[in-house]
Amino acid sequence: MYVYDDFDQRIINERVAQFQDQMNRYLDGKIPEEEFLPLRLQNGIYVQRYAPMLRIAVPYGMLNSQQLRKMAEIARDYDRGYAHFSTRQNLQYNWPKLEECPEILGKLAEVQMHAVQTSGNCIRNTTTDEYAGVIAEELVDPRPYCEIIRQWSTFHPEFAFLPRKFKIAVNSVEGADRAATRMHDVGIQIIRNDAGELGYRVYAGGGLGRTPILSSVVREFLPEEDLLTYLDAIIRVYNQFGRRDNKYKARIKILVKALGVERFSELVEAEWEHLKDGDGKLPSEELERIKSHFTEPDYLALEADPSTYTDALASDKAFARWVERNVRAHKKPGYAVATFALKQKGTAPGDVTDSQIFAFADLADKYSFGEARSTHQQNLVLADVEQAKLYALWQEAKALGLATPTLGLLTDMICCPGGDFCALANAKSLPIAEALQNEFDDLDYLHDLGDIDLNISGCMNACGHHHIGNIGILGVDKKGEEFYQVSLGGASGEDAAVGKILGPSFARNRMAEIIRTILDVYVDQRIDGESFIETFRRIGMDAFKAAVYPAKDSQAKA
Amino acid sequence: MTQIILDKQIANDEWILVADDAPLSSNKEVINFSRWAAAEGADKDALVTKRDAGTLGIQLNAGDTADLLANESQGFALINVEFPKFADGRGYSAARLLRERFGYTGQLRAVGDVLFDQLFFMMRCGFNAMAMRADQDLDLAVKGFETFSAPYQADVNDTRPLFRRRS
Repeated sequence: MYVYDDFDQRIINERVAQFQDQMNRYLDGKIPEEEFLPLRLQNGIYVQRYAPMLRIAVPYGMLNSQQLRKMAEIARDYDRGYAHFSTRQNLQYNWPKLEECPEILGKLAEVQMHAVQTSGNCIRNTTTDEYAGVIAEELVDPRPYCEIIRQWSTFHPEFAFLPRKFKIAVNSVEGADRAATRMHDVGIQIIRNDAGELGYRVYAGGGLGRTPILSSVVREFLPEEDLLTYLDAIIRVYNQFGRRDNKYKARIKILVKALGVERFSELVEAEWEHLKDGDGKLPSEELERIKSHFTEPDYLALEADPSTYTDALASDKAFARWVERNVRAHKKPGYAVATFALKQKGTAPGDVTDSQIFAFADLADKYSFGEARSTHQQNLVLADVEQAKLYALWQEAKALGLATPTLGLLTDMICCPGGDFCALANAKSLPIAEALQNEFDDLDYLHDLGDIDLNISGCMNACGHHHIGNIGILGVDKKGEEFYQVSLGGASGEDAAVGKILGPSFARNRMAEIIRTILDVYVDQRIDGESFIETFRRIGMDAFKAAVYPAKDSQAKA
Repeated sequence: MTQIILDKQIANDEWILVADDAPLSSNKEVINFSRWAAAEGADKDALVTKRDAGTLGIQLNAGDTADLLANESQGFALINVEFPKFADGRGYSAARLLRERFGYTGQLRAVGDVLFDQLFFMMRCGFNAMAMRADQDLDLAVKGFETFSAPYQADVNDTRPLFRRRS
């Protein structure tokens, strides 16, 4: 992974000093609350219901064991012994003291980490496929491009006060999109043109939130070296012409929609004409320099599927089940990619304790070249595990409570912190997750249901990505009471789609029963091997509506 | 006399912003862009004469993009770019375009809700003058230009991104 040089380190150190100074001036009363707000937000600090929340950047989800240990230390020393992985592959602390945040940033800087632009109306953490670099089907490793974007976006002088937040995702796999690229303000799909040259298909104007929209193609092919000048052009157009009068209409998706993608593209292209041959064009030496940080680790020449591994699969059903769901093929024979679900019953999705993080760091060292990844589904990955050692790894992970064999299943849900922590939320989301985990705890049933994305958000801001869940749950406030709206048919992969609302919302205590009813319709109607989303696409909304809202109370609004 | 930051120093402000319907004198005066754009015939001639004498400045207000002024900018001794609220970042793009695209070399001044923590960004986008909000501490402000010693991006003062400065 990328290793800072003196320049990178100096920038982060200077950032710590800058934020310490800002905090001092705030605590001295020299910066009023409303002016401190964007300063602290650009450093990932929200003031929540009980305490500030500090969001640490995990650039494109990459972590080494030293960084994991530092995160665990901070959870232990400054929080209440746990931390929370978010849907932007970042890590959040829910209980730090405001005045201690600069000190925490100082500790993070020691391991080349920061909280830069993890919130606020600026360019946020760039995300990508959690399997980047280790799967055979990707075109090239997307992480060097993410790092190039990270450096360019860090304290960009022109784009620190955009109309609204700005999120970029990069995908390098044709036919699969684990980064939800088209739900981003800008999506970069790495491709080759007919001449075999590397470049990008550039999308803009996607996003979740109040008005979920899939992005549109702005440019079919952009050469590799033009990445940053083109991003400059897009964001310069947005910075000048994006709406600033209404924060719900301020994302770039609203501008693209208002202008039409053709007109928007014309403006971008006209801007880019001025920029494309300037110094912002990436020299091949810089591309090579960044790529050289993402070379392969020292893989051994191994045979695929060694007998120690296949024997364990044959003799231990529970291990086989975990492998079936949570382990996927690696590009190198004899290696595997293992995902560890942070979705234990009784804990909030994405939550980990300090001791789990410490232990996971040890697992990374022991089994995966000292590196790990966080995912936008709020799980952790060890990407380079020898198949022969998977059984031992699984046993250790099981002891830590990190080996739930439920990846991609109903209970591998995405969930925001919701009204329990977040001041923006309309409703709590964690109790819904917990109720569903309790209702659906039969592993055989879950495996029989197969792949289902169930996503929960506590409000319109959609941190829980409810729009793109096959089943989406959105917390709404009705005259001071918390209700939950269900949507069906959302999807986040290559066939991304925004879910449609099923009907009137429900009280919290009915949610487990409602989800059960929806699943019953699927189980009843599915044709061999169909996943939930495939059945939904075939039979449509009506069958689900009829089951959930029987005729006699179809008029009754919750 | 009001004080501003000019070329990283505290300086006296020699300019006055005049209302759209106020008559102009031979002093250093700034008019809103809308007045300049609307002027015709003899009125415009008078403004051009005053501009060429170096005593007319122009102010881009919220929503006035730099391309409205474009190469016409070159004749002015002063261009103000208004920040209606500190969180409104349009002025950063306006400044870069004036400097980098339209060749403006005169005084480029940020006015309005201009606060200490924006100064470093403003300097990088080409502002060499800042009329800070009245409650800001100017003695502190002159230290606001040293925050980062080697930023990643190109800017108006150095067109090379860090990747062209690294070695």
